[in-house]
Amino acid sequence: MSEILLSARHLCAFYGATRVLHGIDFDIVEGSVTAFLGANGAGKTSTLRALSGMIETTGEIRFGGQAVAGKTTEELARLGIAHVPEGRGTFSRMTIEENLQLGAMSRKDRAGIAADIERVDGYFPRLRERAHQQAGTMSGGEQQMLAIGRALMMRPKLMLLDEPSFGLAPLMVDEVYAILRKLKEDEGVSMLLVEQNAAAALALADQAYLIETGEIVMSGLAQEIGRDENIRRAYLGY
Amino acid sequence: MSKRDALQRSNCARGQLAKPQVLLTIVALVIAVLLPLAVKNFVLFQLTLAMAYGIAILGLSLLTGFNGQFSLGHSAFFALGAYTAAIMMDRWGISYIWTLPVAGIVSLVFGFLFGLPALRLQGIYLALATFSLAVATPQLLKSKPLEPLTGGVQGIVIIKPDAPFGLPLSSDQWLYYLTLAVVVVMFTCAANLINSRTGRALIAIRDNPIAARAMGVDISLYKALTFGVSAFYTGIAGALGAIVIQFVAPDSFTFAFAIALFVGLVVGGVDSIAGALFGGLFVLFVPNIAEQVSKGLAGAVYGVIMILAIYVMPSGAAGLVRLVVSKVARIRATK
Amino acid sequence: MELVLSQILAGLSTGGIYACMALAIVMIYQAIDHLNFAQGEMAMFSTFIAWQLLHWGLPYWLAFFLTIGISFVGGVLIERIVFKPLKNAPVLSHIVVFIALFAILNSGAGFIWDFTIKSFPTPFGTTPLFGTLISSHDAGMISVTIIVLLLLYAFFRYTRVGLAMRATAANPESARLVGIRVGWMIALGWGMAAAIGAVAGMMIAPVVFLEPNMMISILLYGFAGAVVGGLTSPFGAVIGGFSIGIIENLSGFIPYVGRELKLTIALALIVAVLTVRPSGLFGRVIVTRV
Repeated sequence: MSEILLSARHLCAFYGATRVLHGIDFDIVEGSVTAFLGANGAGKTSTLRALSGMIETTGEIRFGGQAVAGKTTEELARLGIAHVPEGRGTFSRMTIEENLQLGAMSRKDRAGIAADIERVDGYFPRLRERAHQQAGTMSGGEQQMLAIGRALMMRPKLMLLDEPSFGLAPLMVDEVYAILRKLKEDEGVSMLLVEQNAAAALALADQAYLIETGEIVMSGLAQEIGRDENIRRAYLGY
Repeated sequence: MSKRDALQRSNCARGQLAKPQVLLTIVALVIAVLLPLAVKNFVLFQLTLAMAYGIAILGLSLLTGFNGQFSLGHSAFFALGAYTAAIMMDRWGISYIWTLPVAGIVSLVFGFLFGLPALRLQGIYLALATFSLAVATPQLLKSKPLEPLTGGVQGIVIIKPDAPFGLPLSSDQWLYYLTLAVVVVMFTCAANLINSRTGRALIAIRDNPIAARAMGVDISLYKALTFGVSAFYTGIAGALGAIVIQFVAPDSFTFAFAIALFVGLVVGGVDSIAGALFGGLFVLFVPNIAEQVSKGLAGAVYGVIMILAIYVMPSGAAGLVRLVVSKVARIRATK
Repeated sequence: MELVLSQILAGLSTGGIYACMALAIVMIYQAIDHLNFAQGEMAMFSTFIAWQLLHWGLPYWLAFFLTIGISFVGGVLIERIVFKPLKNAPVLSHIVVFIALFAILNSGAGFIWDFTIKSFPTPFGTTPLFGTLISSHDAGMISVTIIVLLLLYAFFRYTRVGLAMRATAANPESARLVGIRVGWMIALGWGMAAAIGAVAGMMIAPVVFLEPNMMISILLYGFAGAVVGGLTSPFGAVIGGFSIGIIENLSGFIPYVGRELKLTIALALIVAVLTVRPSGLFGRVIVTRV
């Protein structure tokens, strides 16, 4: 029942000559939410970029049964990995509707795409109101929703989310996470969530990994990690 | 030594020389000084011109490389300096030595004045505006109202100066040493400028104008001043060029020359002071080489060489040197 | 008064040339976010190819469309072979390669076909319309430009590929994240720009006569038109091109301005427009939150 969707072994990642991930191992279970937690600069974003083929890597990555290390970003996207990047990656000069259509770029089923736009608008009614507005003029929270919506349009097997709470007011963070919870429970979307805001992430996640300076220092059930006061104080700052 | 001095010394600003670089510079200087003994007058003439181009490219580097203002119009300032020198020497009988500072100052003023409206333009729009300047220059030089001063299409002929104080040097040798001296002075000044607070402000404006403004840098003033200083350098280079070639004419300063200067800038390394000299050599010698390879396809060969140069050195000669140096440093560090 | 009117109309017909060129320029800018300085030379080279095909006896429209196809392929090849390896080079280095391309095409065309002026036929004839103010070729050229403009507009606005291309130019990294094959989008953009340039060249050549340097000043005017119109707007590019044509002709009325200074005047006006409206007359002012 719980299949491994993605697994990484001895994964190292490099920015030029600098190594930022030092041989990490992790598994993502299908239908679950996995959280990667850690301080600034720990290597969380680098992990996501490694999984999306955006930086140089060595080591093994298996996704849906295939070895995918070394594939290009667009190939990985077409295989079903939807990456919501740091900074949202919105096409700011284009309208909201165009941004969503771009999410469906690698799909061919027109009816399905139209249905999905309806579905996404259902999750994010604010987007429907502003369908023809330039995406770059929206607030941070709205852009985050748009970014998630665009990822959903890809009908992904796995969603990678890089700090969805970044720069958002607490109320907005709650709204975004409520939507992520809906996606998890109603649609069973598998997610890999990278966060500095550990509390919000742990409330949603099933599994959690703690990263520090490019190495995984702890892993386990999100609930247990969230309950352990020592871990929280040492690694998560609360 | 105050704390601030110590901090500044420890900064690795680009223009600052480290020990091996100081050694290399001294060696290069010694070779340069001894060169006229080994080399024919015509080659000296070419090298002198290449150095003049190098100074012009250094001016461009200050503006485009270090300050991020894209200029495709520096042939205009070169022409301005050249004509200033020619007019002073031929029409008013002033000695060539004085033409250098005057050409510089005239260009500085024009550069600053051009820099002011240019403040509103960015990137490709600024390139177009400066390019217009380059296109306009030969036409303005040929125009009827300015003809009595500029000599119109025919230009102005200058007499080549002899070595002063009866020194046993040929004209070409004297001009070579004069230009070399100017190069040393101006390049050192540029390096000091880049290392100073002003220099860092320039670079900050290039890298992140909003952050620079937030830190209190007066962007408008600095950008316009940089234009002026850049024109200053190129104007002096133009004056030197005019003296060396002994001739100025409108069609020597077309937009093709502006483009050549730009190519020299990139091939040398856009934000490298030493690279400007390499660029000058490139601009002078490579078209000649191209013509020797194939007279009919000279332009095509030049183009191919340019492309190869970019493939091998995407960040210019200076970029390649930096890459090699850092690789060597890494090898040494892991030993 | 009549003189001014006739100059304006004459300006419209030269403006048609500049509008055509400006369209090609904006096209490639939309695709690759760079200005292609070799655009004019590519158009010139395409026109020479057309001339060669006609010289070998092909009928006009066959040569026309064959040249468009060859130019498209040529554009794609140039991108894949010359520019793909430069992916990571800084912007200014790219520009040097554009300049190199310019030199290669100019020199190459001169070498293959020499520098003598050749005549190039027009499918529209040269009958004067509305008195002697505008010729049937001018009308034909303007019509072709408008047709190309409409096709482009429809392509970018209503097709998926058009949307993908716009996305690639706007934000290549995000485009990759949604699965767009960015490399091929860029190559496609080049191909389309080359094709449009070929059309522009074949429309222009009957008027200015075919020789390797024919496109240089036209490219400049085309750039000026594109920039004035606003580089994000194909419609603006066309308006800009026509405006430049009119301005160029009207500036003949200013004293002391010979043929040479006309270009300077036009460019000076461009700079003036840009100082007041830095994104061009019709360009979309991009709002970005810092």
